[in-house]
Amino acid sequence: MHLTDEQRAMADGDHGETVAAAMRILQQYGDIMQAENLIEIASAAGANIYGPRHARPLGSEEPGRLFNRFSLASDEPLAPARTRVHACQLIGPMDRENPDVQGLPRGSVDRVEASQTYLEGLGVSLLNTCTPYQVGFLPQRGDHCAWMESSAVAFINSVIGARTNTEGRESAAASMLTGLTANAGLHLTQNRRADVRVVVHAPVRTTADWNVLGYWLGAAVADDAVPLVEGLESRPDLVQLKQLGAAAASSGDTELFHIPGVTAECADAQDVLRLDAAEVSYTAADAAATLDRLNATRTGDDVDFVMIGCPHASYGQLEEVAAALDGRQVSADVTLWVFTPSALRRRAREDGLEAVIERAGARVLSDTCPAIGQFLPPGTRRFATDSAKQVHYLPAIMGVEGAFASTADCVHAAVEGRLP
Amino acid sequence: MSAGGGASPAAGPGAAVVLPDRTLTGHVLVAGRAAGSALVCTAPISGWGGIDPATGTITEITHPQRGASFTGRILVMPGAKGSSGWSGQFHLARVMGTAPVAVVTRSVNSKLAVGLVALQVPAVQLDDLDAFVSDGTVLPVSEVTVAGGRVHVRYSPSSGG
Repeated sequence: MHLTDEQRAMADGDHGETVAAAMRILQQYGDIMQAENLIEIASAAGANIYGPRHARPLGSEEPGRLFNRFSLASDEPLAPARTRVHACQLIGPMDRENPDVQGLPRGSVDRVEASQTYLEGLGVSLLNTCTPYQVGFLPQRGDHCAWMESSAVAFINSVIGARTNTEGRESAAASMLTGLTANAGLHLTQNRRADVRVVVHAPVRTTADWNVLGYWLGAAVADDAVPLVEGLESRPDLVQLKQLGAAAASSGDTELFHIPGVTAECADAQDVLRLDAAEVSYTAADAAATLDRLNATRTGDDVDFVMIGCPHASYGQLEEVAAALDGRQVSADVTLWVFTPSALRRRAREDGLEAVIERAGARVLSDTCPAIGQFLPPGTRRFATDSAKQVHYLPAIMGVEGAFASTADCVHAAVEGRLP
Repeated sequence: MSAGGGASPAAGPGAAVVLPDRTLTGHVLVAGRAAGSALVCTAPISGWGGIDPATGTITEITHPQRGASFTGRILVMPGAKGSSGWSGQFHLARVMGTAPVAVVTRSVNSKLAVGLVALQVPAVQLDDLDAFVSDGTVLPVSEVTVAGGRVHVRYSPSSGG
């Protein structure tokens, strides 16, 4: 891989050993990706908060040692280095306001807080959400970025037309400290064209439908192929696009999708479609089979936990939940948690929306989610969610049954104790 | 497709047959040498929500190799998929001592590339995994040696017929 003189100096330690360690990560990463060079980025989004899950195996609670090992792949005593580009923390392990909800002991809370303070000291903005693009941290079309979080990657590549690969925590941290990434994959125009034309022959109207289409899409379009989705009877809103990308990146690897007249780089199918693109159909039978797959672990209709807000709910989704809950009461046997970025929770608090949701017996949580934080209401055996992504991950991570349903049916389940 | 493999034994039903060794040449992702038994996966692996770093096993609910261990073995797979937490989970596996000793993959994406940076084990990309999987069935691989871009595969006896 070719380095400029400035990049060579960074790799040689002229800007300190911490930057040199970050450059080592990017050089090996770039070599594996067969990148010809490194390019400057506009922003980086990573996940670098550490708690007991990482402190225990490392045998150290020291935030700098944890960051150096798990973010920079080094056991050297590297000094903290400032971020060189706009950098934010994605979803983390703990709700900063409500660690008690997760049953975290004081020691764990202290460790997570120390790790967050360390990151903030490097210049990382503690947005602590999987959807930073909903709260003011977003690139513009054509920006090169280094983002983690597969759902956010799909969103900024597709909906915004920024360019990022799906980074891991080590490469995202290295990009934060260098302002660089490997010029490969989706940074290259030729890799952003559609390899597969998906023709939709099934009704895709509701947000639940978009989740199901996304979950099918990720599995149907394998090997990092870029799909173009056509034949849709309605235009998706931003929430539906968020859910589509999150679902597709859970069942498979979709990092970029095109929808003519909707996504950034595709005014018309001919703008992006490869001449040799394969064609697949999405039928009502595919939708039904996918719904079964989403409910693979579900053996009944009773639920004891309902999770809404994966990826983190938009303000509109909070309004929808509040409207559905208004005048009703969550069953004493069920816990309903709604997850949203902390910036939107603050707004919901000021607007009285949070009070409506909490009066009904539900909670508005931020900064984390059950899959990332690895927590559930005590005694949870079966949960319902309106997210294909959460129902994909949570059963595997926490060993509970999961049911996928529309937002309205999830609220119904929270009130009645069982899905309709 | 299959160069030197795909033996079709003439032995009768129930007789033990051994496929001839295969030596494959691929693309070096991470240089180095390793040998051991193999965990052959017939579907791509998720890191976050797909493996348990504490036990070194595959945990994804619908994965064909759910429950199988990759610790100390050569991890053979079509590729990496799913969450961007891929590298973070395998990085934890490395620190916990449950990591694979080498990786053989058919496809390379950024998740796997960062994961290999975290793992620091020899890794090779092969265009075809037919030495490991035939018609969706895992072949009885006994030992795999990875050295540079070369992958040597030995087989154990299996029932023919």
